[in-house]
Amino acid sequence: MTSPLEQKKIRITGPSVVTANRTWDGAVVYRTADRGWSTALADAAIVGTSDDARALLAEGVADDVGAVGAYIAPVEVKEGGVIKPGNLREHIRSKGLTIDLLPA
Amino acid sequence: MPLVKQGRITTDLFVHVADGAELPGDGAILISAARFLEDPEAILKRAGKAGVIWPNSRAVDDLVPYLDRLAAVALVFPTFRDGRAYSQARLLRERHGYEGELRAIGQILRDQFVFMSRAGFDAFEVKKDADADAFAETMKRYSVFYQPTGDGRVTALNRRMQLRHSESAGQ
Amino acid sequence: MYAYDELDRTLINERVSEFRDQVKRRLSGELTEDEFKILRLQNGVYLQLHAYMFRVAIPYGTLSSKQLRRLAHVARRYDRGYGHFTTRQNIQFNWIKLAELPDALAELADVGIHAMQTSGNNMRNVTSDQWAGVAPGEVEDPRIWSEILRQHTTLHPEFSFLPRKFKIAITASEHDRAAIKIHDIGLRLHKNADGETGFEVLVGGGLGRTPFIAKTIKPFVHGRDILSYVEAILRVYNQYGRRDNIYKARIKILVHELGIEKFAREVEEEWKLMGDVGLTLDHSAIEEVRSRFSYPAYEKLPHMPDELKQAAADPLFERWRKNSVAPHKVQGYSIVTLSLKPVGGPPGDATADQMDAVADLADKYSFGEIRVGHEQNLALPHVAKRDLPQLWRALDRLGLATPNVNLVTDIIACPGLDYCSLANARSIPIAQELTRRFANHDTADMIGRLHINISGCINACGHHHVGHIGILGVEKNGEEFYQITIGGRADENAQMGVLIGPAVPYAEVADVIEDIVEAYLALRDRPEELFVDTVKRLGVEPFKERVYATR
Repeated sequence: MTSPLEQKKIRITGPSVVTANRTWDGAVVYRTADRGWSTALADAAIVGTSDDARALLAEGVADDVGAVGAYIAPVEVKEGGVIKPGNLREHIRSKGLTIDLLPA
Repeated sequence: MPLVKQGRITTDLFVHVADGAELPGDGAILISAARFLEDPEAILKRAGKAGVIWPNSRAVDDLVPYLDRLAAVALVFPTFRDGRAYSQARLLRERHGYEGELRAIGQILRDQFVFMSRAGFDAFEVKKDADADAFAETMKRYSVFYQPTGDGRVTALNRRMQLRHSESAGQ
Repeated sequence: MYAYDELDRTLINERVSEFRDQVKRRLSGELTEDEFKILRLQNGVYLQLHAYMFRVAIPYGTLSSKQLRRLAHVARRYDRGYGHFTTRQNIQFNWIKLAELPDALAELADVGIHAMQTSGNNMRNVTSDQWAGVAPGEVEDPRIWSEILRQHTTLHPEFSFLPRKFKIAITASEHDRAAIKIHDIGLRLHKNADGETGFEVLVGGGLGRTPFIAKTIKPFVHGRDILSYVEAILRVYNQYGRRDNIYKARIKILVHELGIEKFAREVEEEWKLMGDVGLTLDHSAIEEVRSRFSYPAYEKLPHMPDELKQAAADPLFERWRKNSVAPHKVQGYSIVTLSLKPVGGPPGDATADQMDAVADLADKYSFGEIRVGHEQNLALPHVAKRDLPQLWRALDRLGLATPNVNLVTDIIACPGLDYCSLANARSIPIAQELTRRFANHDTADMIGRLHINISGCINACGHHHVGHIGILGVEKNGEEFYQITIGGRADENAQMGVLIGPAVPYAEVADVIEDIVEAYLALRDRPEELFVDTVKRLGVEPFKERVYATR
């Protein structure tokens, strides 16, 4: 996955969220509609246009004390409004390691 | 942008003169290397001290012939991650014996003060007021130094050897 | 072991205080992330996918049992109960909270451990042979010189903001276990015709996007001059290394662009101009450092104790002994490698409980000393041969006696996309699957020495270029693919592997590796011919044919 930290032009092709890592502990967080951060993807504000994505990202980036390295990440919105990560990298960030820690 | 010199915040007596601007008749000036090298003698003869802002991409050798007549050399940190001027500073102080003011300009944060001082800088155009205020305190952060530089601080190795010497003398 | 004195202790405590202030300023907003990033990197703190990652230095791979217990404590108290040993004799913790980091650092500083310069564009942890001081036939203990260089490079006032990271490795043995040819500076300790100790200095090695094998810049630099010579190299690099492009900023690119001869002339000129700047190491200065290394009081022990003779009847013990136990320079002792590559486990990981247990075993059987090697395994460097059977039983209970050292399942792997924000693809699950495929130790024994190295991106933290088989994760249209190279090696005959063909998808990697190994078994001209030697003799074609004929 090309590191999203190298995102240059912002052009989204589907539903997206803004994600970052919380400054004090590094936890994965998502930008919420009420201008905060949440560790739950379900709380994330979903944007559907590039303009909205840009605006949400700018807002996230501006909160440099709250969270670090904000970028736009794709999501899938399933039936009933359930939000799923849009690629493997985001899946891993949201759900955790894909590996067993101890030998099987 | 506060100037810290000799350990305290002080008034900058040097006027930064831009390349196109007219030079004041007297008073201390700080000008670019390009402007200085156009006619060094004229600059050095003028009434008032002269200082040069030397870019970090140019060898200091070209400045060496004038060092004993310059009152200040300013070396540049375009960002604080660009460390070329540390080498330039040590060369000016330790190899070429420069004794005038050696000023750090650019993105200067408190986290570089000790490194810069060890490399020979004695004046700092500090980006943030809080960092300038914290200068004296920050310089006390370290009391142990592993490398010899021209700053005269005693290295860890020298202290160990002295200790060893005095221990063996006391036996 | 090197014993810190009051000065070393003071310095690392001062560094902890400085970092505490930096974290405080970051959390209060006084420092922006852009400013703080460089400062945290200088102290080993990355931001990865899930959390901050904290990399702690284990200089030249030597740890005391007390230090290892403290690492275990940090894993438990500040992380999730485990750590990951890296290819550069560091340990990484994956889930550290920034706000708690200063406390973790202070606890480590208590036992003489630090994280200074384990990342960032400065001189990194100086690495060496994990068997330093105990390997038979060594010129002398390279850790003395590693420690001299460690001190000299720590918080260096001129070279803390280099164009890019800078890594130094030292070996003193004919067989290079420190991979010096893939370092920015590689130092090979040897003696000149007059019997004086000095170094062959190599420069410009490195992996990543543009891999290079280091070239010799000077065949012999006298030991007393090594600091000034290294300083001259660094000064040339600091001034002329590229800063316009992060991918061209390593010294290897400067050496390549100038050519080794011109680069060598620049260094030589700078070195001569430098004159006497207090860097010459006289005999007493070297002895001062040497005197603070302590060595075990070895007993006079038989070469073949009864305990060992008796245990030889147990085939499981014998298999482990033949695989993981190496000769020691002192009769009656052995060097024991502890495999951190259990079948199905993440390569290089150890739990806090394992670390504590290894510390206890080190106290009991290895004079309290542990080593960490670049292959991501641990070693107990001074084990009496009579203790081997007992030690084996204890290690086996801990899952640290997998008899696969240097075999196909002794895989080097970076953390990959499971942890790393730079990664394109996962590394660990590929390694885990491969260890399951080759789980039969008889098969692995029959295959013989074979190093598989896996990197999850072009930055090559898993050293894929120099694996006998190298696996590099790439991304194609959002899917994980892997390029396979063969014939690489990291030792004294270091060379880059050759790509065998198009990248293969995640699900096929293990099949492809099995095909390559089967091809090797069919092609080797005798059982002793190692995989790399078969590749060297035949080239990549027969392997390529085998892999792609049916794909």
